[in-house]
Parts: sequence; C-alpha cells; structure tokens
Amino acid sequence: MSGVRVLVGTRKGAFVLTSDGTRRRWAVSGPHFAGWEIYHLKGSPVAPNRLYASQTSGWFGQVVQRSDDGGTTWEAVGNEFAYDGVPGTHMWYDGTQHPWQFARVWHLEPSLTDPDVVYAGVEDAALFRSADGGRTWQELSGLRRHATGSSWQPGAGGMCLHTILLDPSDPQRITIAISAAGAFRTDDGGTTWRPVNRGLRSQGIPDPAAEVGHCVHRIARHPSRPGVLFMQKHWDVMRSDDAGDSWHEVSGNLPTDFGFPIDVHAHEPETIYVVPITSDSHHFPPEGKLRVYRSRTGGNEWEPLTKGLPQQDCYVNVLRDAMAVDSLDPCGVYFGTTGGQVYASADAGGNWTAIVRDLPAVLSVEVQTLP
Amino acid sequence: MIRVVLPQHLRTLARVGEEVQLQVTGPATLQSVLDALEAGYPMLRGTIRGHGTQRRRPFVRFFACEQDLSHEPPDAPLPDAVASGAEPFLVVGAMAGG
Repeated sequence: MSGVRVLVGTRKGAFVLTSDGTRRRWAVSGPHFAGWEIYHLKGSPVAPNRLYASQTSGWFGQVVQRSDDGGTTWEAVGNEFAYDGVPGTHMWYDGTQHPWQFARVWHLEPSLTDPDVVYAGVEDAALFRSADGGRTWQELSGLRRHATGSSWQPGAGGMCLHTILLDPSDPQRITIAISAAGAFRTDDGGTTWRPVNRGLRSQGIPDPAAEVGHCVHRIARHPSRPGVLFMQKHWDVMRSDDAGDSWHEVSGNLPTDFGFPIDVHAHEPETIYVVPITSDSHHFPPEGKLRVYRSRTGGNEWEPLTKGLPQQDCYVNVLRDAMAVDSLDPCGVYFGTTGGQVYASADAGGNWTAIVRDLPAVLSVEVQTLP
Repeated sequence: MIRVVLPQHLRTLARVGEEVQLQVTGPATLQSVLDALEAGYPMLRGTIRGHGTQRRRPFVRFFACEQDLSHEPPDAPLPDAVASGAEPFLVVGAMAGG
C-alpha cells in the first residue's frame, strides 16, 4: 500500500510524519535539529528518500542537511552561499542602499530529474544551485543583477526568495518570487531573468502597477499545466494563463484576499486552495474561524472548508510554505499553523483532522506520496 | 593539546560531547584554534565565523580563563593556560531568549 510522508519545518526543529495510504494514523518523528529554525525541507521527486533541509539560527547561521534514508539520518552538507562577484546593494528600509548580505535559506527546491541538483532561495534575495547534492552552491546571479535589483526592498520578514517553480515541460524555464520585489522568470536556465508582474496591483507601493516591488507571497501551479500560475499576493489572489506574462485577479467572493499559502489539487488543475487571513495588520483568520477556501473553477468562486477546523477563538496564521498536497486519490491537503498544528484532509478538503498538534510554530509543510 | 568547549547546538551538529581536544601547530591563537576546529569538524564551518570574512558571528563569544576574548585580534596569543590545556577555550552562544 502506498504511504505519505509529511515534512514539517518549525521554529524549533523538523518533524517527519508518516502514514499509510489511508491517512488515518500518523507516526511522528522529531524534533530533528532540535532548537534550530527549520525553514524548509523537501524531497527529491526522483529519489524520494533524498531530502534536503534548511537549518538556521540567529546565533550559528545556516546549515544545510541532507538525508538519503527519508529523514532517519542526516548529514550536514555545504553552507557557503557566496554571492557571485561584488554583491552590490539594494534598497534598505530607510531608503538608503544596503549591501546584499546572506541571512538564510528560505526554500529548497530539488530538481525534477536529478537528485543531486537542488536550488536554494535565500535572503537577501538570490537563487543558488547545487549540482553535487548540496555540498557546494553557485549563484545564478543574472537574477540579482537584473537592472531593477538595486531598487528591490525587503518586506517585513526580510528580502527573501521564497518560491521556486521548475517547469516540467521546459528545463530552461524557472519562475521565482521575492518579497517584496515580485515574480521573475528565466527561459534560458537562469542566465537572464525578467520580471513577470504585469497585471499585479499593489496599493502599498508608489506606483501600484510598477514592474517590480510587489509583495508576492506564494505561487503554485499544477504540473500538467505549467503555464497556468496561481498567486497569493500580499493582497489579492491572482491567476496567469501565460506563465506569468500577464495576471488577472481571481479573489472573487473570498472574505479577505490577504493570505500566504496557495496550492493546487493534485488531479484537478482548476481546483485551488487558499487560507484567507484578516489583513496585513491582523495576521489571523477572520472572526477567529480557521477556514480553507477552495475554488473548483480556477478562482473567483470560492467555498469555505470548515469541517474539523476550529471555528471559534482561533488566531493562528498559516505561512507561505506551510501548505501542500499529496497525489493519492482522493487528493490529500495539508497545512501547518503558527500554533503548531498540522491539519490534514484525506478528501480534498471536505474533512480535516489535526494529525499533530502543539508543535512549535510551523514554517513549512511538504508532502511526499510514497509507493 | 587545546581543549575546546562548544555550545549545545554545535555539539549536536558536530556530534561531539561537551569538550573536544585539538592539536594545534604553532602558537595557539583564536585563528589557529578555530582553523584546527573547523579542519576536524568541517560541519562547523560558517557557524562560528563567516565563510570568507573569517569574522566572528555576532552572537558568538569566546571566553577563557574568565576573560572575554571575543574582541581579540585573530592572531593574538591565547592565555598560556589554554595553550597548555590546563583551561578550556569556550565557544559560547550569546545569551538571548526565544
């Protein structure tokens, strides 16, 4: 019988949750790297027992861990993220220019075809690539050297590159997103990049329709339709049908279109999920009710999913990398909260159960469907 | 033989106990001790001092013989008691909550 492995990164360590294909009973392993912030863990799609983890600390900096047995044992690999050449500067909070300084890895994206190739999205925003299983890292510096780079500014959480979408139909195409610069795409394997933010409107910047400067929170897409992208922006849920060349809003009847994560059903490319959050000043669900919203129409028409989720006195947040889906049938949907719960639905969102609770604040959730 | 005491998180990362012992060639200085530490435990590279810059990370401190050596030049000799192994060299995570 197939199984599911849920990789949970938290403020104080990593946890690995496993279940068989019924998804009824879960075993919890962890904390791995206890006491460290684990921003993200993710497995290789072609070698599922090869996992990468970003382990970070305000005291001791960045460590990248690798496992070759599905998270039972780990090995520290390379942690030198040196910007290519003279790093230059970007805009700082006070309007001055500030040198690019590496802070941490927010997101690790293993290659779709080679378990030794993995991409890292880092703060201050840059994209790195390793071709030796994480031992050494090289910057794809064409992104940071884009003509607009010196105008990029950090969001409140830092200037992080948090989303990396590899295109299953075109190995030369990568789409990334940075808070608060926006989305960028390369069509030549990372040498050159261009902003793909046309159609985004953000009231918090001087020119609401600027080429860059948008606080993109997350982008998701279905692997069968790599040109259709769904975005949760600081405000607004957006959709692109041309790989990011243009965007239109699909917030529709959501109670609020502020939020962080967004994901797509494994078998229905027009079914998408978001977790509406009250506002940028109230990072908790509206009315104290934790509701996932699902659209089966690719946006605009949304329905609340509440069964099994707390519907009173709930004031957690769900962060941008903390939602994922499995590929079983029916599709499983998972998300983690800043209150330490990981909720799962084994029926595409109809019913939810906390498969673990009282963990440290959850930073990321990834799911592997195992044979 | 130089004795080095690591903070809990770095012991876990390096898979060592409270204290490690290092053979240092030449004078015992901050730099020579940290070089020997990182040579013996490569997973500690970048966690105590920066790659490239070799500068101490801001929330790491170096103590020995009841002195704060954090701001000493990298090539300044460590106390004789550290060089002889009578006293340990302490790598400390600065106090902070969270």
